[in-house]
Amino acid sequence: MDTSPIRVLIAKPGLDGHDRGAKVIARALRDAGMEVIYTGLRQTPEMIAEAALQEDVDAVGLSILSGAHNALVPRVMALLNARGMEHVLVFLGGIIPDEDIPALKAQGVAGVFGPGANTQVIAEAVRQAVKK
Amino acid sequence: MNSVDALLSGDRRALARLITQIENNRPEARAALAALYPHTGRAYLLGVTGAPGTGKSTLVNELAKARRRDGQTVAIVAVDPSSPFTGGAILGDRIRMRDLSGDPGVFIRSMATRGSLGGLARATADVIVALDVAGYQTIIIETEGAGQAEVDIAQLAHTTLVVEAPGLGDDVQAIKAGILEIADVLVVNKADQPGADAAVRALRGMLNLAHPASRFPGAAAAAAHHRRPVGAGSPPPDPAAPVEPVWQVPICETVATEGKGIDALWSAIERHREHQRASGAFAHWQRIRVERQLEALIRDELYARFVSASGEQLGQAIQAILNRARDPYTVVEELLR
Repeated sequence: MDTSPIRVLIAKPGLDGHDRGAKVIARALRDAGMEVIYTGLRQTPEMIAEAALQEDVDAVGLSILSGAHNALVPRVMALLNARGMEHVLVFLGGIIPDEDIPALKAQGVAGVFGPGANTQVIAEAVRQAVKK
Repeated sequence: MNSVDALLSGDRRALARLITQIENNRPEARAALAALYPHTGRAYLLGVTGAPGTGKSTLVNELAKARRRDGQTVAIVAVDPSSPFTGGAILGDRIRMRDLSGDPGVFIRSMATRGSLGGLARATADVIVALDVAGYQTIIIETEGAGQAEVDIAQLAHTTLVVEAPGLGDDVQAIKAGILEIADVLVVNKADQPGADAAVRALRGMLNLAHPASRFPGAAAAAAHHRRPVGAGSPPPDPAAPVEPVWQVPICETVATEGKGIDALWSAIERHREHQRASGAFAHWQRIRVERQLEALIRDELYARFVSASGEQLGQAIQAILNRARDPYTVVEELLR
């Protein structure tokens, strides 16, 4: 009987200082029964990868509003892989232009959820992807 | 053994995965813990508890930084509550520990209480076994925000800090009464805020009122036995003097956000550590810890065996009590016959 809660790291890489969206997601995943490690603002990709390793999370959610996603996301994913955590699901929130999404997904991003996305849908998507 | 080698060689990923298995109560974790146990007992365990918002996480961050400056490695276990409704949790202690991330001499793990009520998670003690074997010299255990009953930390840690802050209002004293007994060192954090002096005075007064045993020579030894802190109002102990049987709980003032008072706090912790060794209290408490752990494990195991052996009897007994046909005491006697 495996009733272990899903563990998710919610992080804000880069320099933008608005974390309301990240907190909304953290709260929604908590309400979906997950253990959410929230690391706060201005995290470097190294900090995020190391926290993901120590906390042994199933998924990492990145909230990026600064437009730097094309630089930050590949870096986080490379650092996760370097630590043997290629199985960890990475999903994105924030302001991500539609035209950037296919390339991000091609790099292995499991989902991109912009403003207005239904939080229950996000939680269910995370749950399904982790269970796989 | 595999897990022992991995941990001894400093494999952080293996450590993190083992902690998950321990938290999830997996059978592999049991086997690993059995192999790890002989390698434990090296780390110093520092407990940090106190009401929500007193600055525990910020203080832990500063305490860990100070240890790192001395070249010691540090692990931190930060406990936050699980929702009683969904089982979910927001573990936010890392927000205050940014300074430590990226330091290979620090390992931080957030734990949800998962229904445990004592301020820690059920698995916290076993997670500490893993961190101890992995070689972290100081392990800081931060409880969830605690009120009165969350005193499990005192059974686990070698030294327990109870953190207070000014501005919690007059009800501050009510909180004190519950946690006074487990404090080895009292910390008034946010000591630059208005009301800090009053908070220190209130604590000092409460300590003197609550445990006046030191005034009676015979009672002092008894109090030492029960680890009752006594008389913080008295002057700090003279290092040259013979070992006092009773530890005098010091009150340390800190401003964790500015790193103030941290060195003095560490020296108070070191004094407590030394006192525990010199007075024999350390060995005494080690024994009590093991006794209590065994008691809890045996109770759980016996109950589990009883439930699996009793089959339908238990359900019938519950129904008999609901029907008022039997009282609970008689039922227990019959079930255990």
